[in-house]
Amino acid sequence: MIVETKFVRFDSLELDCGATLSPVDVAYETYGELNKDKTNAVLILHAFTGDAHAAGISKETGKLGWWDSMIGPGKAFDTNKYFVICSNVLGGCAGTTGPSSINPKTGRPYAMSFPVITIRDMVRLQKKLIDYLGIPRLLAVAGGSMGAMQALQWAVDYPDMVAAAIPIAGTWRHSAQQIAFNEVGRQAIMSDPDWDGGNYYGKRPPARGLAVARMIGHITYMSDESMREKFGRRLRNKDKPGFDFSIDFEVESYLRYRGSKFVDRFDANSYLYITKAMDYFDISEGTGRLVEALEPTKARFLLISFTSDWLYPSYQSQEIVRALQALNRDVAYCELTSNYGHDAFLVDVAEQAELVRGFLASTYKQIQRS
Amino acid sequence: MGTTLTKPQTAKPETPAAEPQRHLGPFVRQILGRSDYAIISELIPPGSRVLDLGCGDGELLEWLIEHKNVIARGIEIDSAKVQRAIARGVSVFQGDIDEGLTDYPDQVFDYVILSQTLQETRRPLKVLREMLRVGRHGIVAFPNFGHWSVRLSHLFSGRAPRTKLFPHAWYDSPNIHFLTIKDFEDLCKQEGWTIERRICLAGNHTVPLLANLLAEVAVFMIRK
Repeated sequence: MIVETKFVRFDSLELDCGATLSPVDVAYETYGELNKDKTNAVLILHAFTGDAHAAGISKETGKLGWWDSMIGPGKAFDTNKYFVICSNVLGGCAGTTGPSSINPKTGRPYAMSFPVITIRDMVRLQKKLIDYLGIPRLLAVAGGSMGAMQALQWAVDYPDMVAAAIPIAGTWRHSAQQIAFNEVGRQAIMSDPDWDGGNYYGKRPPARGLAVARMIGHITYMSDESMREKFGRRLRNKDKPGFDFSIDFEVESYLRYRGSKFVDRFDANSYLYITKAMDYFDISEGTGRLVEALEPTKARFLLISFTSDWLYPSYQSQEIVRALQALNRDVAYCELTSNYGHDAFLVDVAEQAELVRGFLASTYKQIQRS
Repeated sequence: MGTTLTKPQTAKPETPAAEPQRHLGPFVRQILGRSDYAIISELIPPGSRVLDLGCGDGELLEWLIEHKNVIARGIEIDSAKVQRAIARGVSVFQGDIDEGLTDYPDQVFDYVILSQTLQETRRPLKVLREMLRVGRHGIVAFPNFGHWSVRLSHLFSGRAPRTKLFPHAWYDSPNIHFLTIKDFEDLCKQEGWTIERRICLAGNHTVPLLANLLAEVAVFMIRK
């Protein structure tokens, strides 16, 4: 499946902070065909550093999509049956307007003059895209991690446009621990002299700070078990420790490699803005009253969490499930066993795929009946 | 005097014992290979809201959705079974029924099913009370510990009974609370619950007499 990223420009987007962005570009990809009744559309919502290229082989880069194991012909999100859409989030750096985009008023990148954005702003922009594509109601919204936050926001903000929501490894509000890790990442970037108040465009980017931020992130995405299995205490190209501060352990090499690779594809200011959006995320808007917050929802729900995910622990999904039960909503939930930590929803997908496949099929059947 | 007097329409009093066993002859059919499932499916009218506690891989609920167009929910503790249930399109929540009902509002279900699970719960009375809080009717099926084979096994072996119905060794049995039909009826009396239906089964036969001695499985429909 060779796929191509498409673009659409919207005149303006109003934001939670009060500012209005204009214009706003959205990068998106679609897979499969929209049926005649327009009832088979599934919106995939990407996690923090994801992009619109969720499946297939990119025509531009030759790379495989970030959730290709889940999306495609015969897969969980079966593109023979469903019309699958994925767009880059607001504030991102892969085609959708973000801090690295040119501010038409100044002719220079927004950098830190980009307004602070929220998960709800991201969803508001996705809603424009879905309207533009002429889809009155989505069969499902689905995503892991930050994608789960967006899925939940969709179900709350546009209840009549969502038949089913699939938040995976997510939360209804960012916890102190989640905010703390994000803050360490932001501080790593902002303390790199090359960051220069965000005005590094056209100059040397804050590669060291961004790489350190990514290294921290990667630790939180894995688990004690998965790191022990993958690296143990193995040394990198040596028989004994070097008694210096070059790379000794395999795990150090891996983190440095992931950090340096990340710098090539991700914008440091996008890192700041998107982590901030996640930290602000609280579907109850500070009240802590989750049942009340989920009251507007009408969708069926499938929630999935993973046993070894300590960044978005199962209790956070279970709180959502219990609130939905209190509202007597149609909700299915399963905690899957995996050693892969938070990354499980991306890399350990066999069981997750079967859950999604069955849940989508039964939702689709319900819609055809009614 | 142009009016004719008509008898006031009175609702039939719900006297379960007097209610004829309409669909149930001496032979009970099976669905999904189980006679208790057949009984349960006959007790549930089409379009009902149904919660199945300890629903396993959602087989019964799927059948009820297909054939009775019910609104179905299930709770199951075993992750592998939950996966199979969700994969077949049934909305199942992975949780412990000993604590899992607290979030449901009162009376949101028409029928709450507890099929062959009561004897496995840690706090059966709490589970039954919760069932009748969230649902209008409770349907409880359980293996009868009063069956003659259990009595004989215990009497003659001098050991914890092992029979067709209770095949497990004492140390690895999922059953932790053993009850007979009489025990269950005593409890209903004690709690003031109405027994709406009682169907006692031995294989695919209903047991008309000496149920506590002859029935292998009992299915009760109760309400508060």
